[in-house]
Amino acid sequence: MATGAPAPMRLLGGRIPYVEGPLKVSGRAEYTDDIKRPGMLIGRILRSPWAHARIKEVDVSEAREMPGVYAVLTGSEYPIPFGVLPITHDETALAVEKTRYVGDMVAAVAATDERTAERALAAIRVRVDPLPEHLDPESGTRTVVEPIHSRGLNGSNIQKEVLQHFGDVEAAFRAAAHTVHVHGNFAGVTHAFTEPLVTIAEATPDGRLTVWSATQVPHYLHRTLSEVLQLPMHRIRVIKPEVGGGFGGKSDPLPHEVVCAALSIKTGRPVKMLLDREDVFFTNHGRHPTQNDFRLAADAEGRLLAYDIDAVIDGGAWSSFGTVTTYYNGVLAMGPYRVPNFRYRGRRVYTNKPPSGAMRAHGGTNIRYSVEVALDELAEQVGRDPFDLREANALPANSTTVNEFRITSTSFVKCLKTARERSGWDRKFRQLPFGRGVGLGCGFYISGSNSPIHFTPKMPQCTVHLKADMDGGIAVHCMQADIGQGSNTLMAAIVAEVLGVDLERVHVARVDSDVSPVDIGSYSSRVTFMMGNATRRAAEALRDQLLTAAHELTGYPREQLKVAHERFEVVHRPEVGVTFLEALHKAMERSGALQSTGAYNSPPMGGRHKGARAGTAPAYSFAAYVAEVDVDVDTGQYRVEKVWAAFDCGRPLNRLAVEGQVEGSIHMGLGQFMGEAMTYRGPRLLNPSLLDYKIPMPQQMPEVEVLLVGEDDPEGPFGAKEAGEGPLIATLPAVGNALYDAVGVRFLDLPVTPEKVVRGLERRRREARPWKGN
Amino acid sequence: MPPRAPLNLRVNGHPAAVPCADERILLDLLREEMNLTGTKRGCDLGTCGCCTVLVDGRPTLSCLTLARLVEGRSVTTIEGVTPPGGLNPVQRAFVEHGATQCGFCTPGFVLTAVALLRAHPTPNREEVVRAISGNLCRCTGYTKIIEAVLAASREA
Repeated sequence: MATGAPAPMRLLGGRIPYVEGPLKVSGRAEYTDDIKRPGMLIGRILRSPWAHARIKEVDVSEAREMPGVYAVLTGSEYPIPFGVLPITHDETALAVEKTRYVGDMVAAVAATDERTAERALAAIRVRVDPLPEHLDPESGTRTVVEPIHSRGLNGSNIQKEVLQHFGDVEAAFRAAAHTVHVHGNFAGVTHAFTEPLVTIAEATPDGRLTVWSATQVPHYLHRTLSEVLQLPMHRIRVIKPEVGGGFGGKSDPLPHEVVCAALSIKTGRPVKMLLDREDVFFTNHGRHPTQNDFRLAADAEGRLLAYDIDAVIDGGAWSSFGTVTTYYNGVLAMGPYRVPNFRYRGRRVYTNKPPSGAMRAHGGTNIRYSVEVALDELAEQVGRDPFDLREANALPANSTTVNEFRITSTSFVKCLKTARERSGWDRKFRQLPFGRGVGLGCGFYISGSNSPIHFTPKMPQCTVHLKADMDGGIAVHCMQADIGQGSNTLMAAIVAEVLGVDLERVHVARVDSDVSPVDIGSYSSRVTFMMGNATRRAAEALRDQLLTAAHELTGYPREQLKVAHERFEVVHRPEVGVTFLEALHKAMERSGALQSTGAYNSPPMGGRHKGARAGTAPAYSFAAYVAEVDVDVDTGQYRVEKVWAAFDCGRPLNRLAVEGQVEGSIHMGLGQFMGEAMTYRGPRLLNPSLLDYKIPMPQQMPEVEVLLVGEDDPEGPFGAKEAGEGPLIATLPAVGNALYDAVGVRFLDLPVTPEKVVRGLERRRREARPWKGN
Repeated sequence: MPPRAPLNLRVNGHPAAVPCADERILLDLLREEMNLTGTKRGCDLGTCGCCTVLVDGRPTLSCLTLARLVEGRSVTTIEGVTPPGGLNPVQRAFVEHGATQCGFCTPGFVLTAVALLRAHPTPNREEVVRAISGNLCRCTGYTKIIEAVLAASREA
């Protein structure tokens, strides 16, 4: 892998419009729902109105006989459990013995059209015995009557408990000059991607099954289909068309994907299953509702001595990514500061609600809010500026955290300095009039999980194939999933950069498991780092073949040849050279079309304790954000006026895409802070629509100044690190701390609605705690 | 039931007569009947704007519009504003300014912007924000969409 200072680059580092942009803006990009197959049936799902019930009978006899109905499916036909993590397979395609939440899938039909399918669903009779509902995660930590799953810890509903202790937390608290305790409460939020979940499956008489699906992890879907349907993987072909957003919500293999395939196998016809928006909300797998108790200890100058964390996480009905979530809610508190002593207890608890799973900045968002608010409080106690306090505690480059995370590159201090200067912090903090304020929030995030979920660690996490043929085009094959973040563009640009060719020569082929080598998908903010390195290696291997051909054509030794624009030329005599096509066609004389391969696997890392791999990553991103808010102190309405977002993604390879990730992350973080919440009455989700679950409108979006200050990461492709998830995390505490600066109230119950602001202001007045003269 | 007369309308400038049940929604007619799949189905409830089309030049939610209500009117979809072999200035600006990420909401935004710029060729930022406030985007935070619309207005 090339390290050190790379030569100036032609494409990378600039602003590269998406290669598929023209198709998207013209409506020509093909999403799964745009695909029609001959004889295609429509699949629909019957969902449970019961939160927790034992199924006595699912009578489909009437539905099965209805004209236009081709198949009815019930849970007993495909009882093999699955789930994204191999250690927690507890989902089934359809409910088998019990329904576990309102919206759980009980039966499905395939029919000629939607209306017939709906009529058939209405004719299915389900008889159940209701069971006690478990809705509160806290009480689910104790032994309960009829736990949701038999695998709960000691007869409770605890799906996963994590206990970690590094150093001596008790001693650190005894020695502390300052301690801070915050209790954070976070409502569940959902991804709200615009493209609904949709799958098409087509079982064919040759014994194969083809599945098109809106998925961000085609490979895990591939594995899951094989396991549940008991078909070897090589007889299944998974195709990922264009995907309309994911944010983690399309990363689990989802039950409707399995059901759709099962219906196609049963009918022998193609089946499309398009979930309506309400269905999408019930499928959820969004960010976990969470309560955390965060305590820190510091010395007289505000240097951190210890963290002590207790988190209770509402998992909903299934495990999903939950074991990872449980670890992350502790270990992702570790950066970007040096914390010498650390204790964590985390419990993820099953409840009879839609399952929680992975959402952008998975596992880090909620705990980092509590950490950053506590640091703001500590700065005030100690009497230091929040920036100075953080800088004094910053993790240095090439260091190891107490739980053995390997920190290589960090430009965190540069993030702090830049955000401070650009935002005019020193003129504003505690100096703006009552109702206006600035706040600082910081973060870090993994640049790809070091732990691939399904492999032995010896197999690469990403493989890329290139093919160059007579037409002069270069095809790129890889199962990485572009879901809008721009990974296809980056892959094409890396190939074009290394080979010196125009971007238009490079064609990123659609993800198709028959031809795309495995990449484990778009999650854990891994794609730029891992796919980028694999692509670079593949392109360099192709370049080697072309340079050999250029040597044969020019007679100059390879060491004296260099890549130029669409050319290979002699370093000291640039007028001597061959075109890309001449070199390509020469190289093809040996054995036809050129091929090359590149792979990436992260190096070994992490400690030996239980759960040591959770949170380990080949690199970490860092962030320091300042938000400025304006609060209407009468109504509690507030506006985030501006966010200065200093971010370390190493070297940004496509500034246009990175800015888009930062701006979009801020939008999503603001949504969670200001108003988004999955709201329940008892077990019933009250707001399963984009009308009642409101994401921020353009009027609510602040001005954003994106400040990309990272320096080259030693192992990242061309020095790059992630920019897809980390940019979200710092948003929430920056706004929370800005509200405190504005009105002197700490808000620890998210979302912070205007009503909560008013109540906070009233409380402060009652307690007669004046703030900025009010 | 006597067969209903076909629905007569103009789609992307061309006259069309299509069989259409009374309860048919315009979005279904366009996507399922006429294969104009550039119009996206995001929510079926008029909340996301992905299904926006122009009816007589005005942005309209096709998922809330009975097809029979556009009898005799002119419907423009994303396919209708895309010149053969190229892009219109709004589309070009969306690509160049990174205003499309996952792309699913994009056709709706482009049509909304086209309608805005036809009515107000030089809108200010606030007018752009107001015009697009019926369209949801979860990827971009709207920032680059607003930039793209303003850039397209300067170019026109």
